[in-house]
Amino acid sequence: MPLSFSPEAQRKIAETRRQYPNAQAACLPVLHIAQDEFGYLSDEALELVAQTLNLPTAHVFGVATFYTMYHRKPVGRHVLMMCTNVSCMLRGAYDTLRCLEERLGIRAGQTTPDGEFTLVEEECLAACADAPAMVCGQRYFLHLTPDRVDEALQECRSLPPTHGRRRS
Amino acid sequence: MPADRNVKIVTRNFGIPNSNRIDVALQRGAYARVQTAFHMAPAAIVEEVKKSNLRGRGGAGFPTGIKWGFVPKGAQTVYLVCNADESEPGTCKDRELMYWDPHLLIEGMIISSYALGCRHAYIYIRGEMMREAAVLQEALREAYQRGYLGREVQTLSGPFRLDITLHRGAGAYICGEETSLLNSLEGKRGWPRMKPPFPAVRGLFGQPTIVNNVETLMNIPAIIEKGGQWFAELGMGRSGGTRILCMSGHLVRPGVYELPMGITLREVIYDVCGGVPGGKRVKAVIPGGTSMPPLDGDELDVPMEFDALMNDPRIKPVEVRPGEVFELAPGKPLRTMAGSGGVVVMDEDTDIVAVCARIMRFYAHESCGQCTPCREGTGWLARVCTRLAEGKGRPGDTDLCASIAHGIAGNTICPLGDAAAWPMLGFITKYRAEFLARERGAPHRAGPVANTAGLPNAPLLLSPGGA
Repeated sequence: MPLSFSPEAQRKIAETRRQYPNAQAACLPVLHIAQDEFGYLSDEALELVAQTLNLPTAHVFGVATFYTMYHRKPVGRHVLMMCTNVSCMLRGAYDTLRCLEERLGIRAGQTTPDGEFTLVEEECLAACADAPAMVCGQRYFLHLTPDRVDEALQECRSLPPTHGRRRS
Repeated sequence: MPADRNVKIVTRNFGIPNSNRIDVALQRGAYARVQTAFHMAPAAIVEEVKKSNLRGRGGAGFPTGIKWGFVPKGAQTVYLVCNADESEPGTCKDRELMYWDPHLLIEGMIISSYALGCRHAYIYIRGEMMREAAVLQEALREAYQRGYLGREVQTLSGPFRLDITLHRGAGAYICGEETSLLNSLEGKRGWPRMKPPFPAVRGLFGQPTIVNNVETLMNIPAIIEKGGQWFAELGMGRSGGTRILCMSGHLVRPGVYELPMGITLREVIYDVCGGVPGGKRVKAVIPGGTSMPPLDGDELDVPMEFDALMNDPRIKPVEVRPGEVFELAPGKPLRTMAGSGGVVVMDEDTDIVAVCARIMRFYAHESCGQCTPCREGTGWLARVCTRLAEGKGRPGDTDLCASIAHGIAGNTICPLGDAAAWPMLGFITKYRAEFLARERGAPHRAGPVANTAGLPNAPLLLSPGGA
């Protein structure tokens, strides 16, 4: 069955369209809406976005692959973005990242087999004064040293999915 | 005259419970300056901002009033875009500002839009900042509900109505560059545009557009309330107002501090931030985000002001090779710059080559791919620097890095190329012996793990979002 947007998503898209003088400018927000709707951006999802905004599929494809937050493959319910840039690195972010990898049994860039977590080595999250920092959706984990990783993962499990509801 | 460290213009609501809700914000004076502004002529507001010596807080430090003055007279459609794409490593002020005081940002945008003749403004917020996007969206809803937005009001220059749209990015450092941000806002890949034309003449949707940083816009209400001259006198030289410094790295009390413009690095590190843990020496300081060349431990007595960091003769100029100064223009050596206020302090045990390699990996990851010198050059820098840091360096690698960096600098459409090249040249200029030692495979002398933090064993490119 071909993909389609839920009525709620369609309402959001219509509202988004009104914020811009042309349809193309709605491309990024509508890709966000699609990702929240389907969990990730499959080829079918990109085609649906292109159709919805009356844009060439190639354009939407080019945009979706340019930005790191658009996931082209399924990701876990919770996307963990662990910063390892300089301020965090100086305060031990790589120790934390290794600890996360160990606890989850995956490497940065991978998803746990149960589909619960995707671990991303992230660039500066603008939480430098509270390094090392990790973000999961709207929740910031600050001063995240290895001894606090278990507690953080436990809390993440109870958070809403990072990218909206999962239909597919 | 020692400046008053207690003057807070944009951070006065930090730590106040529920400061981001409109009722608390109103009690604390939010939106009061909008009425003052509406009784002024738009041109008078621009004049006041010029008089204030407010300089852009996003990185370039360009005078805000002068930028505003570039909008062509009689333009029918003008856009104001707030650049909230904070992602310069070491910088963490705009995120805090938006979280604690979103209504001050909206107030600043209303006044600025009135001054510029803008009827629809956009806030481009970094995609990763989901929490701050939610806070801002709620603040916008409240501002609409109370009629500060979306309702026509009478002003000295006739009826005025403003709409503000929050637009989320999707993960791309380059979109902090203003023309790239505009392309992204138009629904395209974030590729920077050639300038001229500058956005003030031809920007968003082909119309005159002013792009201002979050902190910049949040200073506008105070300038309207207390006058441009008051703001200018608070500052130092040609830089008005206070300055937020994001203090991170090896510090006893890291944090986001609003401080007098002329405060020296030494005062910030030792008086404000409590010095370096364990009483260690400062080895290096990045003064304005990782794009800026570092200062060494003997260069801490310079004021953290825009012009001082560029021109103070106590800062050793960056070199292309020993004895040959890198010049931005004939007779104008590159020292460093105030940038975005992201200050990263490194203690004596820090592995400078590893830090430099991490910075180069960042720029290689974030290069948009449009210009060859940057696309290829940042990748080379990341690879050569990483092998040096891993103790697999080859003879000549240090000079190779400097030569690649010199080949990038000044040869790209946007400043991302310079942002990689300048710190590369700066680190080699000031820590050349460490780079040379690594060519011979010498390990970094042992220090606490947290300080030397080995490089990841992962491949060169950071994991892309889609895993």
